[in-house]
Amino acid sequence: MWFYEKKLQYPAKVGRANLQMAKFLITQYGGPDGELAASMRYLTQRYTMPVPQAKGLLTDIGTEELAHLEIIATLVYKLMDGASVDEIKRAGLGAYYADHDKALYLVNGEGVPWTAAYIQSKGDPIADLHEDMAAEEKARATYEWLINLSDDPDLNDTLRFLRQREVVHFQRFGEALQIVQNYLDCKKVY
Amino acid sequence: MDREQLALLKELMALEFTALELHLYLDTHPNDQRALMENNSACQAAQAARERYESCYGPLTFCAQSGFPWQWISDPWPWEICYE
Ligand SMILES: [Fe+2]
Repeated sequence: MWFYEKKLQYPAKVGRANLQMAKFLITQYGGPDGELAASMRYLTQRYTMPVPQAKGLLTDIGTEELAHLEIIATLVYKLMDGASVDEIKRAGLGAYYADHDKALYLVNGEGVPWTAAYIQSKGDPIADLHEDMAAEEKARATYEWLINLSDDPDLNDTLRFLRQREVVHFQRFGEALQIVQNYLDCKKVY
Repeated sequence: MDREQLALLKELMALEFTALELHLYLDTHPNDQRALMENNSACQAAQAARERYESCYGPLTFCAQSGFPWQWISDPWPWEICYE
């Protein structure tokens, strides 16, 4: 089960409203390498992990990714705050506005809705943990490209925090993979 | 949100983050005694800060006590706060 904690994991700041960045950033909300995909991937895969370390890690990182989803939502919300319809149209968000106004919705930067096809749950812990490590690297790269696209130091501060978390998650998944591999090797021997 | 409240909130964020880092590390290093001790004191510090915040400004967590009327729903929500 889960309880909500009424705070962000990190103080999410934006220097100024910026619709263009909102359009780019929303991919981390509902895009292929975004935070929802990350959370759902780990929370779904955890049931078939063979060792307690991996069950714990997938639960905890899957939960942390929900906190990141909330940070992304906060950033997008703040980046769109106060925008006029005219500004929305000029930033290429007219079609988004027609469907959602300024509400948050789970899409990538081009408006493609989130799909479970972004994630896999293979039942093979080695395959799943490799997918998780790749997912962390893809998320890390996405944050790098987003930082390249942004000239807002406040926004970049939060994006750098999120990028760093992907590096840590990659490291922890690598350790879990090693533990699972050792466990499977021992099972074969005895 | 006034400066004092924001400072305490940010302090709590930092303390909980430290606890989370140790928590993830321990998931894959359950026999690291030093990390375990650090985790326990980080959790203690975070809990103390959380109780301090909640007694001054109302609930952040599901099971915190509330003054009258029900404080859980009071603004601002996390996405509405200016963290400057
Ligand atoms: Fe991650």
